[in-house]
Amino acid sequence: MKTPLTLTASAVVLTAGLAQAQEVRVYNWSDYIDEDLLAEFEEETGIELIYDVFDSNEVLETKMLAGGSGYDVVVPTGTFLQRQIAAGAFQELDKSKLPNLENMWDVIEERTAKYDPGNAYSINYMWGTTGLGVNVPMVKEILGEDAPVNSWDLVFDPENMEQLAECGVMFLDAPAEMIPAALNYIGEDPDSHEPEVIEQAEGVFMPIRPYIQKFHSSEYINALANGDICVAVGWSGDILQARDRAAEADNGVEISYFAPKEGAQMWFDQMAIPVDAPNPDAAHEFLNFIMDAENMAQASNYVYYANGNEASQEYLNEDVIGDPAIYPDAEALDNTFTTTPYPPRVQRTVTRLWTKIKSGT
Amino acid sequence: MRRVVLIAVPYLWLLALFLVPFVIVLKISLSDIALARPPYLPQLDLSAGWQGVREFLSGLDLENFVFLTTDDLYWKAYLSSLRIALVSTLLTLLVGYPIAYGMARAAREWRPTLLMLVILPFWTSFLIRVYAWMGILSTEGVLNNVLLFLGVIDEPLQIMNTNTAVYIGIVYTYLPFMILPIYAALEKMDDSLLEAAEDLGCSRLQAFWLVTWPLSRNGIVAGCFLVFIPTIGEFVIPSLLGGSDTLMIGKVLWEEFFSNRDWPVASAVAVVLLAILIVPIILFQRNEQKAREAEG
Repeated sequence: MKTPLTLTASAVVLTAGLAQAQEVRVYNWSDYIDEDLLAEFEEETGIELIYDVFDSNEVLETKMLAGGSGYDVVVPTGTFLQRQIAAGAFQELDKSKLPNLENMWDVIEERTAKYDPGNAYSINYMWGTTGLGVNVPMVKEILGEDAPVNSWDLVFDPENMEQLAECGVMFLDAPAEMIPAALNYIGEDPDSHEPEVIEQAEGVFMPIRPYIQKFHSSEYINALANGDICVAVGWSGDILQARDRAAEADNGVEISYFAPKEGAQMWFDQMAIPVDAPNPDAAHEFLNFIMDAENMAQASNYVYYANGNEASQEYLNEDVIGDPAIYPDAEALDNTFTTTPYPPRVQRTVTRLWTKIKSGT
Repeated sequence: MRRVVLIAVPYLWLLALFLVPFVIVLKISLSDIALARPPYLPQLDLSAGWQGVREFLSGLDLENFVFLTTDDLYWKAYLSSLRIALVSTLLTLLVGYPIAYGMARAAREWRPTLLMLVILPFWTSFLIRVYAWMGILSTEGVLNNVLLFLGVIDEPLQIMNTNTAVYIGIVYTYLPFMILPIYAALEKMDDSLLEAAEDLGCSRLQAFWLVTWPLSRNGIVAGCFLVFIPTIGEFVIPSLLGGSDTLMIGKVLWEEFFSNRDWPVASAVAVVLLAILIVPIILFQRNEQKAREAEG
């Protein structure tokens, strides 16, 4: 079940200042951890853990920029992290308190250093790609056996979308990922910061927008799993969770994840400590706990996202480490792209364009 | 002296809960976006004394309000919100009036129970009730399954993520705000007036139009405003039940605030929204005052 984000947002503020014992307040994405780990952390360290969830980077960023969020550990995505570091929202990590840093994977650290030079402010929690969640039997029934399920053609070609509208298609409500995907599809630089280039994404979305049921960043997990929709553009692990929920419910729904062959965006969710965190020491303990190889493996085995922890790989289940949708091989990794944050003026162009795409005005 | 204190209390209340927040929003609407914490400039620097205040004031301008006029998104969203609010208010009245009427006509010993039933939904979180509607209205939801089972429809209805779902959500959520004032007005009505009307040759329908309806007018007006005013700025219902083409100013405001991180423009949108709402709020106050005078 999804937790309504507005509810959880207020919970922590209300409890602030009441507890006396040492505590740590963690603000993470929804459906993004094995909750057994939370109890294990409390048991191991004696620190009380207060865990809250969100489902959009925008909500987190607003809290970070407003300050005084009361959280000790938050999990922004790389591009958002970079901007928040620039705004002075985070404190540098005290690496002497993080002995488990040695477990981290250099392949990922190299990439995250693009957002956080030297990985001074953050550790990688999980990473993944943005691609297509497909109910293959349903889609093949509509588009035929040769349906392009592993290509952006599936959702960016209006002819396919017109037919797929019948069984339901959802897109992420995340312009910073959807617009680069469209630009990549038409052969432009997905990381372009030129308004003229960005505006070309309109030409991709306008013909297909009548066939999109909804833009939302978390509802598609349940919608896919229930068979309410047949295609979702979403995050890899979320789609694999939908696959699992459908399998558990045994409702005949079969979901697969595809990183499109034209290229998929790769993103990194980073754990960082706000500059005004009330309990920075406990926050470091939490980060160190998460970087423990077995703990990190337990989290990945549960949520089906790859992590940036090399030592954890020996504890990963075969259906995680062996699944190329989660741990792509080197060739597939080369086929991914990353993006950087937009400056404010360009951000306005992007949001305005996204509003136009979503609402038609 | 006592009188001054008595009068001062409500005014202090108004000052603390309305005026101070409004001035803060107004101040932000006159600022400029910046990459900082909080993300706007100028910041008031009191340590620099008068110099700081003067610098702060010179950094404020109306740029963001001018910006709102350059893009037709904003006035379209305001208009669309007004339309959705108007239609929802009418629908709520259509559903609410018969309920209030039935309650007021019910046997006296039943009325507290009926009143309780109207208020009961408030005991559950508003969000959970909206989520429940998602379960009812979705393609694989309760409503579609029942209709399919009964053979009323062959294909599931697409209600979820459309404006229809938004109307259903708003009417459901705000119904008690419509029922309660109308019920209050009807309950006070003297039944002998109806008998008199019938004695004087009115049919029951005529008696309703000539006696009951005008006497419940204050309740109707109060109920309509209580539904209309919060509906204009509604955000939760359209974002959970509505589709991508449901354009409401609450959503636009959210985008400005969260996606653009542009607190100044978001504040300007909020200030204009308040200006739009002031007219119906004043009308509402005047209606209440007239009602009180008529009673007094």
